[in-house]
Amino acid sequence: MTLVLDNVSKKVGAETWISDVSLSLERGSLNVLLGPTLAGKTSLMRLMAGLDAPSSGRVIVDGKDVTGWPVQRRSVAMVYQQFINYPSLSVYENIASPLRVAKLAASEIEMRVREAARLLQLEPYLDRKPLNLSGGQQQRTAIARALVKRADLVLLDEPLANLDYKLREELREELPRVFAASGGIFVYATTEPTEALLLGGNTATLSQGCLTQFGPTPRVYRQPHDLVTAQVFSDPPLNVLAARKSGETVSLSTGGEAPAGGAFAMVPDGEYRVGFRAHHLGLEADGSDILAISGIVSVSEITGSETYLHVDSAERRFVALVPGVKRLEPGASVTLYLDARDVFLFDQNGRLVAADFAEAA
Amino acid sequence: MSDVVILRGSQTAAPSQAKVNRALTGSWVSGSAIGMVLYLLFLMLPIYWLINMSLKTNTEISTTMTLWPQEITFEHYAKIFTDPSWYGGYINSLTYVAINTVLSITLALPAAYAFSRYRFVGDKHLFFWLLSNRMAPAAVFALPFFNLYSAIGLFDTPWAVALAHCLFNVPLAVWILEGFMSGVPREIDETAAIDGYSFPRFFVKIFMPLIASGVGVAAFFCFMFSWVELLLARTLTSVNAKPIAATMTRTVSAAGMDWGLLAAAGVLTIVPGALVIWFVRNYIAKGFALGRV
Repeated sequence: MTLVLDNVSKKVGAETWISDVSLSLERGSLNVLLGPTLAGKTSLMRLMAGLDAPSSGRVIVDGKDVTGWPVQRRSVAMVYQQFINYPSLSVYENIASPLRVAKLAASEIEMRVREAARLLQLEPYLDRKPLNLSGGQQQRTAIARALVKRADLVLLDEPLANLDYKLREELREELPRVFAASGGIFVYATTEPTEALLLGGNTATLSQGCLTQFGPTPRVYRQPHDLVTAQVFSDPPLNVLAARKSGETVSLSTGGEAPAGGAFAMVPDGEYRVGFRAHHLGLEADGSDILAISGIVSVSEITGSETYLHVDSAERRFVALVPGVKRLEPGASVTLYLDARDVFLFDQNGRLVAADFAEAA
Repeated sequence: MSDVVILRGSQTAAPSQAKVNRALTGSWVSGSAIGMVLYLLFLMLPIYWLINMSLKTNTEISTTMTLWPQEITFEHYAKIFTDPSWYGGYINSLTYVAINTVLSITLALPAAYAFSRYRFVGDKHLFFWLLSNRMAPAAVFALPFFNLYSAIGLFDTPWAVALAHCLFNVPLAVWILEGFMSGVPREIDETAAIDGYSFPRFFVKIFMPLIASGVGVAAFFCFMFSWVELLLARTLTSVNAKPIAATMTRTVSAAGMDWGLLAAAGVLTIVPGALVIWFVRNYIAKGFALGRV
């Protein structure tokens, strides 16, 4: 099965929730919808599922236009961020419910429910009511219900966001494996860039209802088409500054000049916006094409083996992720160094104009 | 071993601790107990007196003042259960109350679902207007109902009273049910749709169990209103559908007031309400808050 969104928009009142999204998802693929809160991930999923009808555009499944079909007629399964189960039914009946509606044979239902329960480690709890389970078990029940249906389209809307760290790690690893066997399209929404990278597959980045880029996850991460995509796909947030190239030198908006090396060597003279990720900023200058940014330490967060330095410079906030424990008091002056080969250069409209893709990431 | 020692220690410590607590709070506990007993006494006295009267003979009631019946008699109850004009009143009342409760809940369920799940033009105003129906006194509607039902032949039937009470009970049931329904996440509706449930099947199989207590509370409020409402019930009936409350006001005879009979009828009138309250006692507070607790 393939799912194609063809120029799909969703307007609610005066607000545009989804703006002209075109997307093609292949059978058996894992797709991550990545975007901050309110980017339109859930809205887009609801359009895919058929819970909402698009204001304009078409939803095409296997070449057939299914726009406006009721969700009951589609082969869809969905897991919400909140743990949604039927409180009045036992865990067993919860998992069996889509199969009961589809009027499968009792033996088949029994087999599929047992299998899903085994995969998701729910076997001891099948007779309980969902509300008597822990959050993780409740979400596993919801996932099992989505699994037994063997739907062509499986939508997971931030399924792990409300779980604790340990469970999240475990389930994130299991989920793609568990659903891979079904051969359907697997769509996973998340706000965390790290989660997208760990899941792999394809990533679609969303910002304010617009699809900014869609492609294999590592490529979207390393080669963002524009500034917005790079910002969505960076955690800690992407550092951005303005720079002007003239001849062999680059002058930075934070002050200072540097030789126009790295990505700067590939572009003509002019104004650019420079984007770079936190781990490319360092406290030592090593290499040839070094840009220096001096500023005042605002916060320094020590995570154990690494330090996040929040540095203010020329009205901008930069975040540097440096290895080791650096004890820098707020208010201290510091100079951060950046290799010009590690930056993305965007034009004034935010389109990527140059990056040394072998290096930049 | 250390566990055992600690356990023993705590066992010996516990009673002495309890003693200290009792000593500290002892006077306060008995004070509140006395207050509570007085309060209950005050509260229950009229009901006790009603039961007391219902078991006395009319002579005892009108000649002496006794705290309990000198000779217990069930003749009043026997009369009510054997005289069709008396037990017929109960049957009439229960009939229109039952019809009204079923009608109100059946009509209110879809309405409450719409108010809880959909946004449409004027929904908030309509919702408030519904409740404002209850602000009008029943007397306002007595005359138009009387005239209308006489014209279409509904006068003096249980349906007349049941339909008239719907004017007050449907809005109340909508309000209560809407509160309970809004407590159920919308995602459950969607998950059911995704699982393939048709709407009616979802509503009966998944949704109704989740709002069962709300239905119980709404039914209770409909029951209570309809059961105690006298004005409309009396105006819209004459002989065939006369409610018990109306029957009770007609016990004056040439021999004077039949106090004992009246008291027995009063006791029997309390019973259904008490029974219904027993079933919804755990949810009643939520019901008073229109499901919004």
